[in-house]
Amino acid sequence: MSVVAAITRSALWRKIDPAVATAFCCIALLLFLGSLYSSSFLSPEYLLQQLKVASFLGVIATGMMLVILLGQIDLSVPWVVAVGGMMSTAATGWGPVGEALAIPFGILCGVGLGIVNGFGVAYLRLPSMIITLAVNAVAQGLMVVHTGGFSPQDSSSAAMRFIATGHTLLGIPNALIVWGVVGGATIFLLTRTTFGRAIYGIGNRERAAYLSGVRTQRAVLVTFAIAGGLSAFGGILLAGYASKAAQAMGDAYLLPSIAAVVLGGASILGGRGTYIGTVAGVILITLLQSILSVIQIEEAGRQIIYGAVIIAMLLLYGRQRREA
Amino acid sequence: MRDWRYRLGEHRGTLLALVFFVLMFAIYAGDHPAGFTANVVQTAANKGVLLALVAMAQTFVVLTAGIDLSVGMVLVLTNCLASWIALGSPVMVVLGAVGVLLTGAVCGAISGAIVIYGRLQPIVTTIATGAIYFGIALALRPVPGGDVDSDLADAFTGRVFGMIPASLVALLVVVLLIWVPFRHSQIGRAAYAVGSSPAAAYMSGVPVRTASFLVYVLSGLLAAIGGLFLTFITASGEASAANAGSYTLFSIAAVVLGGVSLFGGSGSAIGAIFGALMFRTIGDLLFVFDLDPLWQPLFQGVVLLAAVCLGSVRLFQIRNRLDLFE
Repeated sequence: MSVVAAITRSALWRKIDPAVATAFCCIALLLFLGSLYSSSFLSPEYLLQQLKVASFLGVIATGMMLVILLGQIDLSVPWVVAVGGMMSTAATGWGPVGEALAIPFGILCGVGLGIVNGFGVAYLRLPSMIITLAVNAVAQGLMVVHTGGFSPQDSSSAAMRFIATGHTLLGIPNALIVWGVVGGATIFLLTRTTFGRAIYGIGNRERAAYLSGVRTQRAVLVTFAIAGGLSAFGGILLAGYASKAAQAMGDAYLLPSIAAVVLGGASILGGRGTYIGTVAGVILITLLQSILSVIQIEEAGRQIIYGAVIIAMLLLYGRQRREA
Repeated sequence: MRDWRYRLGEHRGTLLALVFFVLMFAIYAGDHPAGFTANVVQTAANKGVLLALVAMAQTFVVLTAGIDLSVGMVLVLTNCLASWIALGSPVMVVLGAVGVLLTGAVCGAISGAIVIYGRLQPIVTTIATGAIYFGIALALRPVPGGDVDSDLADAFTGRVFGMIPASLVALLVVVLLIWVPFRHSQIGRAAYAVGSSPAAAYMSGVPVRTASFLVYVLSGLLAAIGGLFLTFITASGEASAANAGSYTLFSIAAVVLGGVSLFGGSGSAIGAIFGALMFRTIGDLLFVFDLDPLWQPLFQGVVLLAAVCLGSVRLFQIRNRLDLFE
């Protein structure tokens, strides 16, 4: 009896966010329901395959989470993802040097667009929803001109295919390792650095953060740049996975990345949320999409269930406090 | 009229949108190979009115500092529905059209109920309800098809008295029947008050929840009118994810260009209408100048970026650095 009391009172117990716990419970429930349909849902091959697919969304959602922690949103994800994929495959076509630099070049293009977003939000004080929308439109225009005017190479380099589809130790997919590295760096950034503290501070109240001596504008700019780089990196992974880049490749990632962050317990108003929650959200969404397609529900039914499940889960634990 | 300064300030966004639209359209019509003819105006009006209706739908919600990312999906859903039921005898057509509008209002009511009474954030909620509406649209029309009563379609997309595009008249009627009564009603004032300051509105006894809920219903209704109109133009129903997504994003762009503040409480649907017409004209300008259509998306994007950056002009009026962070 006293042991239970000691556990519930311990620091570890209190540190568990109820939202994150619910998200993990939902994952377990989904797997349980899936295993009733077919036992292959619990096989290691299936789970590893799902984690591999999840890592693309995971990398993109990491950037989205950083921006959401600031209390902003990044609607430029679809075309920044496409820019990352298309510019890196284009660089591959420029010869050996281009092929070697394809991945950093793609990321750099994403960082550039992220800087435009960040400059608009931090220094021009534009609502992030508008400026990222406009940057999305510009990125789309650039890519249309790029593909139509220069007909660049669209197949990905060996290195891109290796990090997206290869396996190294113990059959763990490389994409999962990449997500692990990105995630580890993000956790370190958010919990162990002053920059991470600044992100949470700005998300709670930018004024207070500024008065406490944080250079908030620079922090916002850098965060958006990181988010742009991560979206582009997600596009590079996707291009490696599909072994080619295409114009609309990022369209399917905007809404799931926002949903994943929010299902992971982060507040869309900023300042609150943990990376482990985002991981849970990403896995949850990937599993949901996968199970719905495996049990052969048509696209229409999948969309309806997908939306209904998100609302049901948010009503379960994402409600705001009553005002006044 | 001693308060003209105040009134001018209140409508500045709308007036700016009007001026920009007239300028752009003058350049467009002036350089159009066919000149300023009734045909050119009719085609431009049909495309513009569609976006204007969706932008109006977005305006209602944005005025209360909310956002509706499902307007495009409601548009597509009602388009698919209309391609099934707005057919047959005149009575059936009218009943069908009413059914389509009711469906839109119900869609808006569901989103609104979840946001207001379920206390979820509008961004995430409307993403999720949008997925549901799109799923239903896809179930209705797995492949594009269907038809619409052609007499009705011609009446709404043709011309009145051989001159004026019927779509513009229809838009005017929508404004007079929905926007003007709304703006002068208690609910309309409440919507503006909620957008300016929810706490102050609550303390003043304004029906905060009713107003915030009704704007979503109106938004759904307007999106349904847009869906009906889309059916009149294309004479078919199509559950296109690309259409749904771009109409949602364009509606936000049009609202911003029309001088409606995304922070709520200022702007009007009239401004949003001109914002929408302006956004459409931007897209067509390049076509008139005979440039490669390849450059059209980039041009549209750069103009949009430049237009939203104009919003930061207010920074020059800030005296205290702290005011930046509010």
